Amino acid sequence: MALIIYLTASVIFILGIIIFRKKVTDYAFTILFLSAQWGFAIYEYYNQNIVQLDYFTPDAIGLIFLFVLNIVGTTSIFYSFIYFQHNNDAQRARSIYFAALLTLITSLSAAYLANHIAILWIFVELTTLSSSILIYHNRTEKSLEATWKYLFISSLSVALIFIGIQFLGLAVQQAKLSGMFFPDLYKNAARLDEFWLKAAFLLVFTGFTVKAGLAPMYTVGIDAKDKAPTPAAAIFSSAIMNVGFLGIFRMFEIMSKTTVYHWASIVVIISAAISVLISASYMVRVKRFKRMLAYSSIEHMGIIMLGMAMGGIGYYGAILQTILHSLAKSSLFYQCGSIFRVMNSKFIKDSGNYFELNTFGSVIVILGFFIITAMPPSGLFVSEFMIFRSMFEANYLWLMIIMLVLLSFIIWSMGENLFKLLFGKSENLQINADSKRISFFETLPQLLLLAGSVYLGFYPPPFLHNLIKQALVNLQ
Amino acid sequence: MINVLMLVFIMTLFVCSTAGRLRTFIKVIALQGVLLFGFFLVQLNEINTANLILLLLETIIIKAIAIPYFLEYLIKKNKLTREAEPYISNFSSIFIFTCANLVLFFLANTIKGGIFQNIFFVGSISTIFTGFYLIILRHKIITNVIGFIIIENGVVVLSLTVGNEMPMLVNLGILLDIFVTVLVLGIFANKLGDVFKEGEVDQLIKLRD
Repeated sequence: MALIIYLTASVIFILGIIIFRKKVTDYAFTILFLSAQWGFAIYEYYNQNIVQLDYFTPDAIGLIFLFVLNIVGTTSIFYSFIYFQHNNDAQRARSIYFAALLTLITSLSAAYLANHIAILWIFVELTTLSSSILIYHNRTEKSLEATWKYLFISSLSVALIFIGIQFLGLAVQQAKLSGMFFPDLYKNAARLDEFWLKAAFLLVFTGFTVKAGLAPMYTVGIDAKDKAPTPAAAIFSSAIMNVGFLGIFRMFEIMSKTTVYHWASIVVIISAAISVLISASYMVRVKRFKRMLAYSSIEHMGIIMLGMAMGGIGYYGAILQTILHSLAKSSLFYQCGSIFRVMNSKFIKDSGNYFELNTFGSVIVILGFFIITAMPPSGLFVSEFMIFRSMFEANYLWLMIIMLVLLSFIIWSMGENLFKLLFGKSENLQINADSKRISFFETLPQLLLLAGSVYLGFYPPPFLHNLIKQALVNLQ
Repeated sequence: MINVLMLVFIMTLFVCSTAGRLRTFIKVIALQGVLLFGFFLVQLNEINTANLILLLLETIIIKAIAIPYFLEYLIKKNKLTREAEPYISNFSSIFIFTCANLVLFFLANTIKGGIFQNIFFVGSISTIFTGFYLIILRHKIITNVIGFIIIENGVVVLSLTVGNEMPMLVNLGILLDIFVTVLVLGIFANKLGDVFKEGEVDQLIKLRD
């Protein structure tokens, strides 16, 4: 029931924004939507594992991502308001932006809770469509190019997922079973045909890499995060990557019950290791801040997937890292918005002296740098430590050493770029005099997100700990 | 009957692999829509009214009328009457394509085991292959969209093989999703046509590190 109310309310709010196209109504409907979103999430938390409308079950992993989405979505909407205060876009473009943002959040929420593989597919495709509108927001030639690439490659990948689902259906049919609900699939996985399971896993995995940001389909995600407005890019880098992770995770749960589990984890290891390698090699030569953050997301998703493939404590570490990475990365993306406003440029070479221009923002940059590179005060250190420990336990010491070397490259180049921003001197600084002063309250949510990612890493509250434990029940 | 329909379907793929004019692609897509409806009619033994309406909507209305009409509009608006230039010549194209299909059907015949004997399965793999082939080897933006539509047709044929018992509601959702995707792809292809007059994929190289 709550789900129907939530979905209808979202549709009404989105339509309201599109129809009225006024600043006041944009704000009013977005805030109404946020309250509906939080109400819905809390309701689902207290109704765990109860099937709703046949196709939706708030299970542990879905709830974790739903709450991450709520946090990131709320801050993204807050920063969207700020973004529009400093940009004179047409009112029509703003309303379309908000409508697309709300559609994205709604379809992500539904995708997290879907318990049927085809329903998950439908909502993942919806996220592609709504995020393409967000990427196109600036209506420049480059954003058009990014939009086209994202839309086209995502649609193709999603078509691959669908072929994978058909193959899975074939396996289900050959085993004389019925139903493609996840609980049925987990229960009957051992009886499915190996060949079709392998084919299905390959296709579904490849398809979801476009959302998760892993090799081979990661490229369009980078362009998307680069060209979308920063508040939307924060969602791309957290909640959308989580939906890709969720798709792979659910497929992985099915595989874990079968004899081809080892094969599947090797596929995942290959893709994850290549992703970290790609991230490290592009990070060295990256020219724009947002692309740098996007490549860093790819590195994190690679490490998360390594944790998934290694098993043991790695599972726990992987899920913890997705949560912490979502919070920390979105905070850095929001800070990017302030950096662009002060520096008037998106390029690393045109930036410098940020420490004097915006001291509190610089503190965020420094803290964010330490947290995102998983240096000890960071919560990500805990999760990465778990993942590397699982690699050690799974006898992948050589891979662990390679990964650590690649990580140090990433830390070095990220540090170089960010400290250039803070203290560097540049010939062609084009400081924007109007937006020199960035208010304390504008930066505060970023600090809270970073603090949250530290706190949750070291002292995960009991409810979070229980949720993660429950999410892993099917894997052990 | 099924074999005849399937043969016609695979012939449309051969036309695609060598087609020069964009209009040919549109006619092929419309024909494929009608053929898909034929498949469904022959394949499904007992059919209730609701399902029939859904199938009619999916194949005839959307695949055979709405999408071709929309593509026609796009081509007219962007003045893309010129031929779709392939990267490789038509002769090598049809040669590769024939070889690929031969290998596929030969393999399918040698493998013993239920599904590979099914002509729908082999046909759908061939269709999906054609779609990817078009996307990779043609360099117009509009031919990419056409390739995507052909892949989706292949997926529909595949779902016929599997005969999956996806509930009606799920099918409706999938259908809507695919239609909206094609629509949005078309809208952005149109915008690309406004910005990049040639409409070539090679022009999309601005974003890189």
